[in-house]
Amino acid sequence: MKLFSRRFIRVWQRNSDVFFRLWYSELPAFVAEPIIILLAMGLGLGAYVGLVDGQKYIEFVAPGIIASYAMFSATFECTYGTYVRMEYQKTFDAIIATPLTVEDVTAGEIFWGATRSAMTGIVILVIAAAFQLVHSPWAVLVPALSFLEGMMFSAIAVVFTSIVPSIYSFNYFFSLFVTPMFFFSGVFFPLSSFPQAVQTLSWIAPLTPVVRLNRGLINGEFRLDLLWSLAIIIALTALFFLISLVTMKRRLTV
Amino acid sequence: MAIIKTKNLTKKYKDLLAVDDVNLEVDEGECFGLLGPNGAGKTTLIRMITAVSPPNKGDIWVSGMDVRTHPWQVKAILGVVPQLDNLDPDLTVFQNLRTFARYFDIPNSEAHRRSTELLNLFELKSKRNSNTRELSGGMKRRLLLARGLINQPKILILDEPTIGLDPQAKYLVWRKLNELKSQGVTQLLCTQNMDEAATLCERVAIMHQGRILTVDAPPALIARYVGNEVWEIPVNMAERDMVVKELEDRGLDFEDAGDKIHVFHTAPDVASQGPGNLSERARRRPATLEDVFFRLTGRSLTE
Repeated sequence: MKLFSRRFIRVWQRNSDVFFRLWYSELPAFVAEPIIILLAMGLGLGAYVGLVDGQKYIEFVAPGIIASYAMFSATFECTYGTYVRMEYQKTFDAIIATPLTVEDVTAGEIFWGATRSAMTGIVILVIAAAFQLVHSPWAVLVPALSFLEGMMFSAIAVVFTSIVPSIYSFNYFFSLFVTPMFFFSGVFFPLSSFPQAVQTLSWIAPLTPVVRLNRGLINGEFRLDLLWSLAIIIALTALFFLISLVTMKRRLTV
Repeated sequence: MAIIKTKNLTKKYKDLLAVDDVNLEVDEGECFGLLGPNGAGKTTLIRMITAVSPPNKGDIWVSGMDVRTHPWQVKAILGVVPQLDNLDPDLTVFQNLRTFARYFDIPNSEAHRRSTELLNLFELKSKRNSNTRELSGGMKRRLLLARGLINQPKILILDEPTIGLDPQAKYLVWRKLNELKSQGVTQLLCTQNMDEAATLCERVAIMHQGRILTVDAPPALIARYVGNEVWEIPVNMAERDMVVKELEDRGLDFEDAGDKIHVFHTAPDVASQGPGNLSERARRRPATLEDVFFRLTGRSLTE
């Protein structure tokens, strides 16, 4: 297995150029939707939900919303986005005929997915701050965490993208992996309200440690087990990143 | 001197031997044609030479560098013009060139200068800010060619550069390729257009079922395999056997092409007498590379 070179940045630049050329076609959805969810869940549902520690429900969900939508950004970018570039536009075939390698392309895609994730994290963080839902200066670390989270979800998405036979296969990825995580990773309810079996499953879901860390940073509550959450994220990122280099190579250079 | 050299190059896919023990030498500054029916292994061969696909066996040197150990340096001196349009539809015409320049680490100001120059050269100036989707087939091809030249390559690899183009657009591309040749750019040209190969290439290789059958200059190939002239004798079912027998009796070199029989001019002393009383109905025409192609690769579909 080969690693990527510094040239991966060229792929990142290409994706960034395209995004900022057409940003208005994507950005509104990515800003509007989290605001709607935040208001609907936080204020609408929140009116009926009482939490311990005198915390309002909207304060409870905000960190999870940031984590979820950062995940969605990275995941969409590196499933549908990557697939279209690879299979329909043949963009990668054009790129690997230049000095760049498949590994550079793969790394460029993942770093770009992480950038999208960080951008989403920043936007929602600012919105949450405007609603006075941010209580700790540690929240300045949320964009960095969103970037790392984006690395993890982009790498997972690229691995899946590199092995699917068609674009319709992503329905499985979203129905069976992404959507369940959205509901079972402690975004909307504390994990302790689930039966033990579901709690165990939640611990495996990669979104869970991100939600916990985000909550810690935004509310300023540090516990030692947050380091454990960070370790899980880093381990999963490294694992799927390495796998993606191999599976993309297999897909593109037969 | 050979600028591209392959030795015992072999590529296998599951049960298929796509490229079978190919030894090829392309000289510096020449236009070298690679002819062959669909599935002959041309594209696979090119993918290996351009360091995109690893061979199962054998070696490749480009400009003296081993492709396996120096893929980056090799790709830096190649310009690849693919058969399929893989222009970036998310970017404008100009951005396509600029973005490609960046893949070669060409500094910004130089990339700007070259991109502008190439747009002028390929008569795409007015389309500078258009989306690639808005371009006609001919314009897309020209842009692909312009893009392949952004790194000022020593070697240009062309896969069917004029496929699907109208004659005007085709001649424009040919003219540009000739200009590049006069500037010393080596060209490896994959094509199924025999006119194109005969017009542009100093030498051509005919490839079939993963192997190179023959390599030479087009006139030499014509002289060797079919002679300078061909007699075409139209035949119907009823008289075919009679005609075939007649030709066999005279010891002529011929080929049954279905509704016609082609008699080749390979042995002048025999052939100069013509096909006897069949001469009257025979149409004489100059032999072409296409005749050679059919002789060597057969008339049936290979896929």
